[in-house]
Amino acid sequence: MTDPFVLAGREYHSRLIVGTGKYRSFEETRRAVDASGAEIVTVAVRRVNITDPGKENLLDHLPLERFTILPNTAGCYTAEEAVRTVRLAREAGVGTLVKLEVIGDERTLFPDVPATIEAARQLVAEGFQVLPYVTDDPVACKRLEDLGCVAVMPLAAPIGSGLGIRNPFNLRIIVEQSRVPVIVDAGVGTASHAAEALELGCDAVLMNTAIAGARDPILMAEAMRLAVDAGRKAFLAGRIEAKLHAAASSPLDGRIR
Amino acid sequence: MSRRELLSGSRRDDIVARTVTVMVNDETRVLPDGATVADLVTALGLGARRIAVEVNRAVVPRAAYESTTLREGDAIEVIHFVGGG
Repeated sequence: MTDPFVLAGREYHSRLIVGTGKYRSFEETRRAVDASGAEIVTVAVRRVNITDPGKENLLDHLPLERFTILPNTAGCYTAEEAVRTVRLAREAGVGTLVKLEVIGDERTLFPDVPATIEAARQLVAEGFQVLPYVTDDPVACKRLEDLGCVAVMPLAAPIGSGLGIRNPFNLRIIVEQSRVPVIVDAGVGTASHAAEALELGCDAVLMNTAIAGARDPILMAEAMRLAVDAGRKAFLAGRIEAKLHAAASSPLDGRIR
Repeated sequence: MSRRELLSGSRRDDIVARTVTVMVNDETRVLPDGATVADLVTALGLGARRIAVEVNRAVVPRAAYESTTLREGDAIEVIHFVGGG
């Protein structure tokens, strides 16, 4: 595999991780995931409706032999709740890779960084491979890496906001300092945002609403696949320096007089 | 006397006879006395699903479903995976 994305010792072709929330049906979820080319998909842990368990289940549409399932702790506001959720997810049998999110504020859904660090420490000690959703704060990312997280996942902007990368300079610092993969998680709105994340040197990007909320989710999923690919190639190619003034592309010699 | 002993006191057992009342995802369920986690999962029609079960906040490993007997007043959580980001 050329230029694989290596996460927790495993190689992936795709640098796009997609969520499975907000789709109109399991069928649409599956088609969008297919169009995105993603090999890692996030899922949420929730109570079974015991009065009406339903005939179908999300995982019937996402075969484990094809996808790495990344359970999240969405909706958890304390380290304790997040740890409890992750322990349950492991027992449901999809592996030990987990997306840790401990929310600190209802309106912005920004993470509670101290609680995230506390939960991450506990989960790493219990043998989980932890991918923490965190603010675009280099110090917080460093702490999470140092305590044994297998990646760091700084946000681009608030979850579901579609605002794109609000602080490219912090992301560059995080990329520069990190020895684990940097995955931009949350805030992407359109394809150029995804390309930008990869151009900045981030290893991958995780998104849900940007695809699921688009008028045509399947087409947007394809756009995101292409954008992530383009951004990665641009990063590897090494972009030119941005300059204030022009630099002519055509030779000055040999002009007609 | 523990809360559980209080809830399943001998007097009450005489009257109700051979059932246990448990809470599953905050809903009341009456099961035959001696019912196990495996019995509950089957009764809910979830046998083939990827689920996980907690009894009184402790995760029950799948291998222990058969051997875990439910008691009066147990608080059970049954989870699965749904779409999420």
